[in-house]
Amino acid sequence: MSNSTQSRDATRQVAERTMKRVNASLRKRYRAERRFRMYGILSVMLGIGFLAVLLIDIAGKGYTAFLQTYIELEVYFDPQVIAPDGALDEETLRMANYNSLIRESLAYLFPGATSRSDRRALGALVSNSAPFQLQQMVMENPGLIGQTARVTLLASADADMVMKGMISRRVPEAERRLSDMQIAWLDTLEDRGRVEKHFNKAFFTHGDSRDPEQAGIWGAIKGSFYMLAVTLVLSFPIGIGAAVYLEEFAPRNRWTDLIEVNINNLAAVPSIVFGLLGLAVFINFFGMPRSAPFVGGLVLTVMTLPTVIISSRAALTSVPPSIREAALGMGASKMQTTFHHVVPLAMPGMLTGTIIGMARALGESAPLLMIGMVAFIVDVPKGLFDPSTALPVQIYLWADAPERAFVERTSAAIIVLLAFLILMNSLAIYLRRKFERRW
Amino acid sequence: MTATTLLLTVLLLSVAGFVLGRRRAFTVADARGGIRSLHSLPGHYGLYTAIWVGLPALLLLFLWQSVEPSILTELVARDLSAEVLELPPERVGLIMNDVKNLVAGNIVSGEISPEIRTAADHWERLESGFRWSRTILIAALAILGFVWARRFISPDLRARNRVEGVVRVTLIACSTIAIFTTVGIVLSVLFESIRFFQAVPITEFLFGLEWSPQIAIRADQVGGSGAFGAVPLFTGTLLIAGIAMLVAAPIGLMTAIYLAEYAPRHVRTVAKPLLEILAGIPTVVYGFFAALTVAPLIREFGESVGMNVASESALAAGLVMGVMIIPFVSSLSDDVINAVPQAMRDGAYALGATKSETTRQVIIPAALPGIVGGLLLATSRAIGETMIVVMAAGLAANLTGNPLEAVTTVTVQIVTLLVGDQEFDSPKTLAAFALSLVLFLVTLVLNVIALQVVKKYREQYE
Amino acid sequence: MESSVMKRERPSSEQELSNTPVKRKAASAAMSEARSGEIPKETIGDISHPDPVMVCRGVNVFYADKQAIFDVDLDIGRNQVISMIGPSGCGKSTFLRCLNRMNDTIDIARVTGSISLDGTDIYDRKLDVVPLRARVGMVFQKPNPFPKSIYENVAYGPRIHGLARDKVELDEIVHSSLERAGLLKEVKDRLEQPGTGLSGGQQQRLCIARAIAVSPEVILMDEPCSALDPIATARIEDLIDELKENYTICIVTHSMQQAARVSQRTAYFHLGYLVEVDETDKIFTNPSHKLTEDYITGRFG
Repeated sequence: MSNSTQSRDATRQVAERTMKRVNASLRKRYRAERRFRMYGILSVMLGIGFLAVLLIDIAGKGYTAFLQTYIELEVYFDPQVIAPDGALDEETLRMANYNSLIRESLAYLFPGATSRSDRRALGALVSNSAPFQLQQMVMENPGLIGQTARVTLLASADADMVMKGMISRRVPEAERRLSDMQIAWLDTLEDRGRVEKHFNKAFFTHGDSRDPEQAGIWGAIKGSFYMLAVTLVLSFPIGIGAAVYLEEFAPRNRWTDLIEVNINNLAAVPSIVFGLLGLAVFINFFGMPRSAPFVGGLVLTVMTLPTVIISSRAALTSVPPSIREAALGMGASKMQTTFHHVVPLAMPGMLTGTIIGMARALGESAPLLMIGMVAFIVDVPKGLFDPSTALPVQIYLWADAPERAFVERTSAAIIVLLAFLILMNSLAIYLRRKFERRW
Repeated sequence: MTATTLLLTVLLLSVAGFVLGRRRAFTVADARGGIRSLHSLPGHYGLYTAIWVGLPALLLLFLWQSVEPSILTELVARDLSAEVLELPPERVGLIMNDVKNLVAGNIVSGEISPEIRTAADHWERLESGFRWSRTILIAALAILGFVWARRFISPDLRARNRVEGVVRVTLIACSTIAIFTTVGIVLSVLFESIRFFQAVPITEFLFGLEWSPQIAIRADQVGGSGAFGAVPLFTGTLLIAGIAMLVAAPIGLMTAIYLAEYAPRHVRTVAKPLLEILAGIPTVVYGFFAALTVAPLIREFGESVGMNVASESALAAGLVMGVMIIPFVSSLSDDVINAVPQAMRDGAYALGATKSETTRQVIIPAALPGIVGGLLLATSRAIGETMIVVMAAGLAANLTGNPLEAVTTVTVQIVTLLVGDQEFDSPKTLAAFALSLVLFLVTLVLNVIALQVVKKYREQYE
Repeated sequence: MESSVMKRERPSSEQELSNTPVKRKAASAAMSEARSGEIPKETIGDISHPDPVMVCRGVNVFYADKQAIFDVDLDIGRNQVISMIGPSGCGKSTFLRCLNRMNDTIDIARVTGSISLDGTDIYDRKLDVVPLRARVGMVFQKPNPFPKSIYENVAYGPRIHGLARDKVELDEIVHSSLERAGLLKEVKDRLEQPGTGLSGGQQQRLCIARAIAVSPEVILMDEPCSALDPIATARIEDLIDELKENYTICIVTHSMQQAARVSQRTAYFHLGYLVEVDETDKIFTNPSHKLTEDYITGRFG
């Protein structure tokens, strides 16, 4: 027994020595532990912090674009100016010099501005589109001629920027787009209650324009919409078809392996390469028109197909084999089993994948640059083959524009784009939550 | 009829075919003793008929649409005068464009010569003739298909198998689109690249140190023939992608580790979707942010410490690109970290390892191949990223490793060379295709290696 | 400090759960009803030991709302092998995992009652699980060597705990541990090769070497031979017999022969209750309780 007691004592000693050493290093190890944990927290915070900065920065730059400055003027529709020879036919009304009506009304407010250059500077407070607004008023209601009416006119982008505080008054006059005198006029107008801000409806209803105050995103939104429509109509059925074949029917051989490698690789090919494909194949080879939403839709289809196929396949694999066996056991054909049971069960997953693919397509711009969708297009497209641009490309174009006023419009367009993306992704999440099934 | 109405008509006829075919099946079955005598369900006979009505007609329509423009051009071009036809092909093309514009009622460049006027008239006549024959042919084909299918409907017709065969072929066609896409990409960049390499030797392109693709339009202009040494573009691309990976790799990896191993449940449910938003933000937004917010910030900061920072510094583009890639790295790493079996963690915990020891010394080594694969994919993404660099990086091809200077990248050059008016013959435009070829090959190799590594890794723990 | 045993929730731990009583309980519930009343109010036999290393009193384990272990009292004697047997889902593995707080890694698991090691309560809030696990090592059902070399596998524990002052000492620990695990002869020429390249039995002995390299006082073995063939099993059993000279070993096993061969005391668990515990000879030759008897005679299990 003494032998075993000895060995027990020895064991106990070893254990004690071990514990001493373990405890000795503990503090250092826990410091390392805490440090490592801190790195982790720091990384997460960095990511989320950056997201916050990005969103706040863009929201801060962009929210002002949803309001627009207008200037209220009393315009005397002088018959002498509109129709000097007294003939009120349509041609005369269209060609009349409405600009001088505006200048007259401004000059009336500021009798001090007499020189030509002063009067021009005064006129620069109002948008270039103001004369067209008057023209339209007169053509709709020729009775206005000879009367004075209060008209709310769009302010020029520079005036708008000053009113929104985007152009600092402290900047030396020479470096500013509006002179001290123009700013003083604006202030006077404001004091008299003639400057007001309204919701910027034009931003949502107009196409692009060189004048920031008239530029809108409706054309770009419609272009994006047409493109996504084409993409959805093509990539959803094709993607599901491919996924169903590969998952349910395809034999395992070299050919299907090749297809699989191709799909996985295409999902990681830079998007700009798809643009080149579109340029070389759709435009140069098939002779399709440049800048058309249809071609954009084709390119985006080719680009999103791999994503759709991969997520659809995942949805199909998650349907348990027992369902297939049950249907086959009932005497259903392979095709019936697939389309009556497997595909409906996988549909929520496929839809989710497709929506996420669509969201990616909506935000994509690089391939669209390649197929000529970067052109300056004022008209709102009316069909799949009209030249148009897309929302992200519009953002790219405006981001390049030198005018200060385009910065807020770019940010506002980004806000709209992000809103659409959030909407689509929420839909995907909702679908996933609602139909998610655990087998 | 326009192509769209024709398409809709064919589809409508097809639906009618379905109804009639189904009804026919019932009639045939009644003569034989009920539906049970049919081989397939009546609906299958309907589908069978619908396919016969619709499919050949649709195929013909598609074929017609793809060849009609070139045939029209060919026919109309024939009656242009001989002296026009002797012009170089581009000029003839321009004239034909005028003709087309005249037909479409668009603005035509320059004066309309009577010759173009006649050609346009001819075009219009031909086109309306084509339209008529197209409609008649396709309608005839649809009806023929219906008659044909109807004749065959009998209880012994294996309608279901026929229909399923067609569906199967359609599915196969869908799945081969991926291959066609790849082939299309390769062909579209390869041919133009070969033409480019005929003008500029491939060695000069790959190893030349100077890049200035602006070529004089007239031979006597200054500027010479341009230089097409792409090395500055490669180094610029690598510099920016490198900065991006320096940001994304540690942050993304640590994020994945924290979220997978440490984070309490409620933190994870909030942080994960937030980071995914980062991945869903369009690149053009990042580009805008990099160009208008980050770049000026870096510049001001650099100036405040007395450094000269270019306003389009590689650093700004790289940093923002890195942030864009963080969620990509973290979600890929998250997958591979979660694939490490729990037994591995238990082994370490049972020895008294702390969480960080387990993570650093057991989980990461075990997950290393997967993580490396993920990083390779992320690198490929950084190299191919376009919008951020187009908006925030410069155009000047500097051969430098200094992140504070402006550099340009392969993708930026592709965009600048191809956007706007272009002639497809100048080496300048063709250079973009050569660059794309390089871009495609490099990312292809990275992707294939990465996907292979990740796949092997997954199989190891399955 | 709690930080080292952060809660986790992942598929793999769910998988693990399926081996634990929670899910199986439904299946065995019918049986329990038929024999209800047969589980004794108090454990039969002698739960105490004159020289205990670990003392468990009133241990309950819950997985979320479901209770997996009911009020278990048990002493674990020093330098002795105690085996825990019982039908699948009886809670023996769950109980074993309480002894070095491996249950902490499962999010929903909750342990009440007291378990002490040499007089200190291991479920004390202030107690640190890292040194605890250095004192109570564990070997798992499936061999789980790290994806590192054989040497690194064994050296890992001493390295993280700072047990070796230099390379020579570390080599010494690695060699002696491998030797005690009876693996040294087979692997001494390929210590740098990956541990995952060994056979199943060798891998399990590597895991044992890894556990003893930290010189723990208690080694927990959770069905260490269930994934091995008979020859490898025999080697492990011999090894356990040798190891009891220096360590206290708790082994969970499905094989009654194994329990009879290697252990001095045996505890029989049933549906989360400790039904009977006694000297192994007594349990296998003359069990006091009907359930124990039914189990060892192979009526169910």
